[in-house]
Amino acid sequence: MKQRRKERIDRGIKARSDDVFSLNSFREMLYVAVPPLAPVLILLILPLELPSYWQKVLVSTCVFALLAMSWDFLVGVGMVSLGQALFFGVGAYIAGISNKILGLPIWIDIPIATVLGGAICAVLLTPVLRLRGVYFSMVTLVLPLMLERIVEASGAFGGTEGISGITPFPNSYTESYLIVFATLFALFAFRRLVTTDYGLVLKAIKDNDRAVMSVGINIYWMKAQALFISGCVGAFCGAFITHVYGFVGMPSFALDYSILPLSSAVVGGMGTFAGSFLGAFILVPLSEALRGIGGLRIVLYSFFLVFFIVALPEGIFHYIQRKYQQFERWVEVDK
Amino acid sequence: MTDQNNKTNLILRAQNLSKSFGGVKAVVSVSFDLHEGELLGVIGPNGSGKTTLVNLITGFLKPDRGKIEYKGQDITGWTPYRIARIGIARTFQMIRPFAELPSFKNLIIPLYSPRVKALSGGKYGDLDAVAKDYLEEVGFERESSVTYKPAGSLPHGYLKRLELAKCLALRADLIILDELFSGLSIAELASIVPIIEKLVSEGKTVIMIEHRLRELFRIADRVVVLNYGSVIADGIPSEIMEKPEVRKAYLGSE
Repeated sequence: MKQRRKERIDRGIKARSDDVFSLNSFREMLYVAVPPLAPVLILLILPLELPSYWQKVLVSTCVFALLAMSWDFLVGVGMVSLGQALFFGVGAYIAGISNKILGLPIWIDIPIATVLGGAICAVLLTPVLRLRGVYFSMVTLVLPLMLERIVEASGAFGGTEGISGITPFPNSYTESYLIVFATLFALFAFRRLVTTDYGLVLKAIKDNDRAVMSVGINIYWMKAQALFISGCVGAFCGAFITHVYGFVGMPSFALDYSILPLSSAVVGGMGTFAGSFLGAFILVPLSEALRGIGGLRIVLYSFFLVFFIVALPEGIFHYIQRKYQQFERWVEVDK
Repeated sequence: MTDQNNKTNLILRAQNLSKSFGGVKAVVSVSFDLHEGELLGVIGPNGSGKTTLVNLITGFLKPDRGKIEYKGQDITGWTPYRIARIGIARTFQMIRPFAELPSFKNLIIPLYSPRVKALSGGKYGDLDAVAKDYLEEVGFERESSVTYKPAGSLPHGYLKRLELAKCLALRADLIILDELFSGLSIAELASIVPIIEKLVSEGKTVIMIEHRLRELFRIADRVVVLNYGSVIADGIPSEIMEKPEVRKAYLGSE
């Protein structure tokens, strides 16, 4: 007699695919391949299909996804930043200055802004690497606001006027695909990085920094490296947006660039990068879609935020991941 | 090495170490010598400055006064990671493993240390396999579930061994164990003591901060007794408890 019972799909697959790849059906391969491939395919197709307004939304969504991932990475090393705007603004200004004032072409000034921006941010924050928890956060919150006021007060780099007339991207596809590829690259690179030995050491600093020091690892040097990596990602976003708008000014240090990445990562789920990515892809388009309703936009938006945080404190990604792993199928069993 | 021409093979020398926290004098003018291959026990009542002494030696605290020499080199005021790199490893009294990582992955951290990299010829190689070797050395059964479990879920006895394995992985010459025996059952002790004896027989130098005197006295070569931050006795285990000042510190005055 044949009977049916439920069986979790992932059990056998996990055992077999964790180490050696010996999946024996197309369905099982699909089960493993869909989660990483879906975002790739969707992101590659979206720029072709979206109307031009939503293409701009996609671009800014990707920027916030990148900022959220760079925030998530720092949190994984035990540094809670409230100032991704610092990274963003520094990158934006370097790109603006090197393009407009030094006359560098766009394909040279973006890489320069990325690397130099990351280095400058790491150097700016090096003196406070010894601070932990909320003290570190306070400094990161204040630094971009301070730089903004310095620009305003000194009139440097165009002061309140900013720098305009910066070379735009040749066309909107270049723009969209550059940021899409950058986002996907960052997503998979970050996910890979945290599983390497180097990534484990960074994570260990968050867990117990004294124990890491006691085996001869200079945790301040490691933290500075993490700041550099995160800073590069943030500075790239700034440099990119500068070329999208053709303008760089004080708004580059705006609080938005600090807060929105943070809420994306929290709503999406911290520690996985996919969560930050997902969070940005929910929050940014949502905020755009709500534009139509006028004044209540922020209220509704905030309501969504609170709802997600209360209902799914672990983050949307972790919830989906858990449900995905709990998928069951009916199998026939001999009785 | 500087100690080649030194007949006594002095590895560590503390001279007049002092440290106060506010008005509290935690360590007062402590001096002692340690020779290579020796197992030194440091005992004393609660609050007598034992852990502060460890923190001073390993650089987690800077002494107010005094000097620490390791293999003839003045290491006073060095950062903890610099001190660890020249071969001084320690465990912590409050054990906090890297809880989410599997046990063997905990050893990746010491194995990633610049010291180990330099000792193994500038290459990191496959650290996972090396990590499992060290775990086996401290009594984790090869390929058993404890090797792969998150370190946060390990029983107390295994956590202590994991700490010990971290010191081994660092290939330290001087190992400082801060209350390694505390909270262990007799059976767990019986399995962990031989590991320490083996370390010493291999030529490592060990300092043990202990409250479990009976077990310590069985393996220690020499014992230093601290009370109110000062050394009140320094001698071989069989004689140390006979000294009146030690009895007084432990049992109170008669």
